[in-house]
Amino acid sequence: MALNQEQVQWIAHLGRLELKQEELASSAKHLSAILEYINLLQQVDTSDVLPLTHAIDMANVFRPDELKPSLGVQDALANAPDRKGDLFGVPPVLD
Amino acid sequence: MAVIDELSLTEQTASALLALQESKKATAEEITRAFLREIEARDSEIKSFLLVNAEHALEQARRVDQKRARGEPLGVLAGIPIAIKDNICTKGTRTTCGSKILEKFIPPYDAHVMEKLGQADAVVLGKTNLDEFAMGSSTENSAYQTSRNPWDKERVPGGSSGGSAAAVAASFAPIALGSDTGGSIRQPAGLCGIVGMKPTYGRVSRYGLVAYASSLDQIGAFSHDVADTALLLKVIAGHDSRDSTSAPLPVADYLLSLDQPVKDLTVGVAKEYFSSGLDSEVEKAVRQALKVLESAGAKVKEISLPYSPYAIATYYLVATAEASSNLARYDGVHYGHRSSSHANLIDMYCKSRGEGFGAEVKRRIMLGTYALSSGYIDAYYLKALKVRRLIRSDFDKAFAECDVVVGPTSPTCAFKVGEKSSDPLAMYLSDIYTISCNLAGLPGISIPCGFNSQNLPIGLQFLGAPFSEEKLLRAARMYEKATAWHLARPKSK
Repeated sequence: MALNQEQVQWIAHLGRLELKQEELASSAKHLSAILEYINLLQQVDTSDVLPLTHAIDMANVFRPDELKPSLGVQDALANAPDRKGDLFGVPPVLD
Repeated sequence: MAVIDELSLTEQTASALLALQESKKATAEEITRAFLREIEARDSEIKSFLLVNAEHALEQARRVDQKRARGEPLGVLAGIPIAIKDNICTKGTRTTCGSKILEKFIPPYDAHVMEKLGQADAVVLGKTNLDEFAMGSSTENSAYQTSRNPWDKERVPGGSSGGSAAAVAASFAPIALGSDTGGSIRQPAGLCGIVGMKPTYGRVSRYGLVAYASSLDQIGAFSHDVADTALLLKVIAGHDSRDSTSAPLPVADYLLSLDQPVKDLTVGVAKEYFSSGLDSEVEKAVRQALKVLESAGAKVKEISLPYSPYAIATYYLVATAEASSNLARYDGVHYGHRSSSHANLIDMYCKSRGEGFGAEVKRRIMLGTYALSSGYIDAYYLKALKVRRLIRSDFDKAFAECDVVVGPTSPTCAFKVGEKSSDPLAMYLSDIYTISCNLAGLPGISIPCGFNSQNLPIGLQFLGAPFSEEKLLRAARMYEKATAWHLARPKSK
């Protein structure tokens, strides 16, 4: 199915991406072409097939609930784009 | 093609460099200096490294020499230089993932594989170029540079681990680490004329590998020959409690058994891997390789992987869905780029991500977001997961009849820089033979099997059943032993 620019704008917003006008146009074109190709899958009869999320058998892994040292505050904050003391700085969340 | 009679120091394999140190013909420092000189002299043309840490490498090398002089026990990669794909976290050393969003990111911890390399006394030269967040097949999606194929600098080295592949092919490092989500080790190895292996999903811990598609990603090795890949795999493989998908299975000594041919080896040849789109020179080289395997005692058997034509479509839904979730962490809060102007929190997320990510990463986030969105998840994401099961059962049936599946790694040799960069779908289709392996969680290896008329390398892919690395390596070695392609090196001038 073909996507128009309005739909792409909505998907970009869901993915928290701001796109420039020219990116909107090229994304609509490329995503439509890719989705058209992907429609190939509709040919496959999967009525009795279960989804496979991991190719190798996976089991839940548990560990003892023990206190262990973790990343220190200074290390954790070292890459922060905005730091306020020992906290991450963010724009206001509530008006 | 250019098989060199005498290899220079930097054209040697890691195994040969280990022997030179043991026989006191070269020190780790001399070896490291030689590779650093090559990088200094020629990487401006190849553009394989994003960062070279010469001082740190020489320091590590000298430590190995001192340990050796004192007679202390040494790790299995003692004094061996290695290049690391820049999506593997290195404590204190910038890790960009080829993205502007991580331009200033300095990991506060080492990936599991980096700890393993440290214990093995390897010498880390630096970080190599990749398509942004490992999304691509040519390194053209890197935010920093496009790496070049050492066999023809007008052409791409493949991707996404193109920097690591080019570095080994150009003799800037004897071995390298990469990651493979849909072919990102095997395809560049094939296009650069070297060996590249993606282990079984879960064989190597992904702790510290920056996530692209978590159910497909796996770290693996690049080298000039199968023995060095066996050596490196043994170092990095094994269980790690910090990756709950890492397999609690023992690791074999892959190098020890490598030269034992697989008795009654049955090679499966999938007819779907020789369909339209396969370059005739690549096909000829692969057919010839199958004859070589027969001469080495293998039985060649035609098999069918009927769902393989659906692998690319399946991959681009599964991988992008996982990527859209994984890359949500780049929010401009904890690390990474934050836009300087924003109206509110949501606007800050959107602008930071809009400025920080490149076109292909945005495209895949959007595709994955769409595939997971309300109203479309059944038709796209769940449909893809069901076809994924069918692809996996194709291989289960195949491995009931044969030990390994052998075919071309890529449908063509290395393409020119710019040839496919404006058509994402054409780029995706170049991964046709490598993608199923990740969907099915299998181990796969690409080894050199010849050159086309333009002297461009051709890759031969071997796929095995899950956790059959030992047999897979031995089968690949049977071919390598009967040929000399792995001894070829590109001319450095």
